[in-house]
Amino acid sequence: MQEAAFDLGAEANAFAARQRGVGAIVTFTGIVRDLGDAPLHHMQIEHYPGMTEKALSKIAEDAAGRWALGDILILHRYGRLAPDDAIMMVATASRHRRDAFEAAMFLMDFLKSRAPFWKKEETAEGADWVAAKADDEAALKDWT
Amino acid sequence: MDVLYFAWVRERIGLPRETVETEAETVQDLVNELRRREGRYDLAFSDTSALRVAVDQELCDFDMPLKGAREVAFFPPMTGG
Repeated sequence: MQEAAFDLGAEANAFAARQRGVGAIVTFTGIVRDLGDAPLHHMQIEHYPGMTEKALSKIAEDAAGRWALGDILILHRYGRLAPDDAIMMVATASRHRRDAFEAAMFLMDFLKSRAPFWKKEETAEGADWVAAKADDEAALKDWT
Repeated sequence: MDVLYFAWVRERIGLPRETVETEAETVQDLVNELRRREGRYDLAFSDTSALRVAVDQELCDFDMPLKGAREVAFFPPMTGG
């Protein structure tokens, strides 16, 4: 977790440089987007220090137990972000691309609904908490 | 025990954390106790199906026993990623 912005290219390169003998690296980056009716000014991200670390470790351990992975990286920002800012990234390394892709999907699905982060959108019409989507919860069932 | 609130639960109750002296046996007992305190608690906990709870930083159900618990946190469904 960090409040500061991260450099996607630098993080991806550093992650790749740490690997030996892998055949595939997948990275995913989440970006603050403006999809609502009122223009988005900022997105405030709150988290639960202490539980966040535990939840992310558990999600990463579960992924490592399911796929043959060389390494996993999870970066997630908190604080006040602007549209087009990168919120978070995951990277997975594996000998095979399927493992790397599936593990990245799994990490994202669980980060959405099982890591203690909350988003609040500040728009021209006021500020409101982003509601969790039923689809995101349903996505977890596909992994059981 | 420490009771923590996040996101709109924190906003409705008006504070991020507090220490609560309680004999509550389960999370639900604690919720009932807090609701009896003041309107802002009653409002925040009026629909627990819209809430999630963690005891000692692990997600759990509202029937979770509180024996030995140090920290209970209430929050809306998470929206990470």
